[in-house]
Amino acid sequence: MDIKVLGTGCASCQTLDRRVREAVEQTDENASVEKIEDMQQIMEYGVMSMPALVVDGEVEVAGQAPSVKELADLLSG
Amino acid sequence: MLESIADGGIYGLAGVPESSHWGQALHFFVYETMKIGLLLVLVTHLMGLINSYLPVERVREWIASGRLRGSEHLVASGFGAVTPFCSCSSIPLFIGFLQGGIPLGVTLSFLITSPLVNEVALALFIGLFGWKVTLLYAASGIVLGTVLGWGLGRMGLGRFVEDWVWEIAENKAEETEADTRSFWERLPSVSREAMGIVTGIAPYVLAGLAIGAGIHGYVPTDFFEQYLSGGNPWAVPLSVTLAVPMYANASGIIPVVQSLVAKGVPLGTAIAFMMAVVGLSLPEAMMLKKAMQTRLLATFFGTVGVSIVALGYLFNWVL
Repeated sequence: MDIKVLGTGCASCQTLDRRVREAVEQTDENASVEKIEDMQQIMEYGVMSMPALVVDGEVEVAGQAPSVKELADLLSG
Repeated sequence: MLESIADGGIYGLAGVPESSHWGQALHFFVYETMKIGLLLVLVTHLMGLINSYLPVERVREWIASGRLRGSEHLVASGFGAVTPFCSCSSIPLFIGFLQGGIPLGVTLSFLITSPLVNEVALALFIGLFGWKVTLLYAASGIVLGTVLGWGLGRMGLGRFVEDWVWEIAENKAEETEADTRSFWERLPSVSREAMGIVTGIAPYVLAGLAIGAGIHGYVPTDFFEQYLSGGNPWAVPLSVTLAVPMYANASGIIPVVQSLVAKGVPLGTAIAFMMAVVGLSLPEAMMLKKAMQTRLLATFFGTVGVSIVALGYLFNWVL
């Protein structure tokens, strides 16, 4: 699984990044998590609210930082 | 009711004398903390719900649809007011709007009001200054965004937007799926975001209230009147300039400003200062610098700054 956290360093972007890594530890061991901070790259996903979560090229979350449990459900389901 | 809890707790249970400096400061702190805590929870939930039913993607489609017949600037500015603001979303929103075919001026209307009128500032304003001042603040913020966006849109500033932005904007915006969740299905995530905002700013608000409480209890009532009232013509631009680097602590500054107003700082000067704290933020400027050339950025911030100063003078004169 290829997971990308899009965010420019604001507080909720860091929260999402931390929770995603925690959720990954709980579920799939073979997932790669990458944080993308470059604006140009972020805009290629067409999201308008930060932070955002992209799983295998699909935008799953935008403008929110779901709880670790919700993220784990999302990643395993 | 909160007032009587604060009264009973401090003067009754703890036995602090009501007329003492210490008693007045403590009373302000306890009462305001309860009131503002409650308001913050309420307003962030309300804004979260509005945003859940009216996501920014829908707003974009609506404005771009061409059905608004000239009220695009007002609508964009109004939506800016109800959208929760985060400085890191300003570029994605900026580009996303242009991508949806929305003109630069209308996009700027949104961008001006979005930080200026936000849920945290509104909750603090209602709690500290009351409904009338809050409405005045919100209405002037929305009018400012509408008028300035319209004006800036006529200045042909599009060429000062960085090229890569236009390149991305040429790709058509994707259609978004409608969110069909019921109210009760939305509530948990709205509530979690809202509580996240409240706990995030809580230390700043508490610190601000503590400083405000000290001023309330210990500074004589007409202290600032000597320095900052009508007598000093530079008070408004000076306070706006001072406000620009203070963004990170906006939620802590509003309570302090309220206590300054109570001690004689004119309300117009105070409103201009607070508008500048939230509306002219350095972090936002740094973000936007990546998408806007200096000429556009300077025009954008310059016009907003000058208008805030003008509003400050207007309020000092009228109120």
